[in-house]
Amino acid sequence: MTVAAALRADSDAEMNRSPLLSARSVVVSYGRTPALRGVTMSVGGGEIVAVTGASGSGKSTLLLCLAGILRPDVGEVRFGDRVISAESEAARSRLRRREFGVLFQFGQLVPELSAVENVALPLLLSGVRRRPATTAALEWLDRFGIADLADSRPPQMSGGQGQRVAVARAMVTEPVVVFADEPTGALDTLAGEQVLAQLVRVTREAGTTVILVTHDTRVAAYADREVVIRDGMLDEVATGSSDRPTS
Amino acid sequence: MNSGLVSTSHLVLGLLARGERHGYDLKREHDLRFPSARPLAYGQIYATLERMQRQGLVDAVSRERVDGPDRTTFRMTRQGRKELTTWLAEVETPAPFVTNLFATKVTLALLTGDEGAAADYLRRQRQAHLARMRDYTRVKTDPESSLSQVLAADYALSHLDADLRWMETALDRVTGLTEEMP
Repeated sequence: MTVAAALRADSDAEMNRSPLLSARSVVVSYGRTPALRGVTMSVGGGEIVAVTGASGSGKSTLLLCLAGILRPDVGEVRFGDRVISAESEAARSRLRRREFGVLFQFGQLVPELSAVENVALPLLLSGVRRRPATTAALEWLDRFGIADLADSRPPQMSGGQGQRVAVARAMVTEPVVVFADEPTGALDTLAGEQVLAQLVRVTREAGTTVILVTHDTRVAAYADREVVIRDGMLDEVATGSSDRPTS
Repeated sequence: MNSGLVSTSHLVLGLLARGERHGYDLKREHDLRFPSARPLAYGQIYATLERMQRQGLVDAVSRERVDGPDRTTFRMTRQGRKELTTWLAEVETPAPFVTNLFATKVTLALLTGDEGAAADYLRRQRQAHLARMRDYTRVKTDPESSLSQVLAADYALSHLDADLRWMETALDRVTGLTEEMP
């Protein structure tokens, strides 16, 4: 692909998408320390959005709010028509199991379970029976080119292999949104690229929305656009006009 | 000092390393392998080959006519290979100073006392850089891209990333810098 072709693809990515997930005037404090000081942003269906900022800027807190893991002190978070920030922990937990996938930098795989058992786990927790859950898990491992690792346990895998298993696990429930917090932070450059390229390819094929939190601009460049958080607030100038908050 | 430019002679030697070629092939292979570089002109290649022949770096091995003018096929001489090997192994001196339009703009904005303008410029420049990084990332992850295209994209991404890191640091320093500037 030439850079000119990439520029055309960039303008295609700018096409209007209906907002799927949004934060409005979200404020979060940890004790007396403010983490988010009134963030408003929105994400369209099928978009890959990088949330960037320095360490301590509040970007991971924003991810926790958008994923319904943390309830903001002030403001609201919407997923489609639902105001998830007003829902109970049980309702948000169900939502996360059914609609969301999560991917973190470390430790999301259960070391005692094999790759296929790890990937099947979210399905089993959602009530899917073992056989179809295992079949689906094997299919996802195959899509990531790591079917040969199905019986391996995490300690036997390289960092890149483990993270690809984690991506497969985040995708196995075919979520509407995947939340990824520094998903390649612990990997070397080429292993990280492989994980990101596969994550982007698979989520684009599936039309999955991705919220990608990172401090690394080379990782952020895999996204369609960037939302910059600085000192707990949206840096509107750096974020640019491509962010279109919902009304 | 390292000018950052590759001489056409060394390019030609590198492209001849894998076998005999005529000028047309050399141009085509150069443009394919170095898609980000300015395309080589035919005239430039033939003038370079003639000069290299006089210097004993290449030999003309055959001449043929294919639907048009004569095409001379060249090969690298032993002296040419020695020159190429020496050049490839030579460590280039990093530039002793870097002049950069971004740094100059920010410094001048600070000198005019407009800290807000400097910070605003840095934020918008950062956005433009990241947009270009997205373009190169698409090139890099496209299964159709050649190794040459991926390597060129990696190189561009590393440089853009270095600029962005500087912009982040500069943005954090802007307030302090204005206090320090005489």
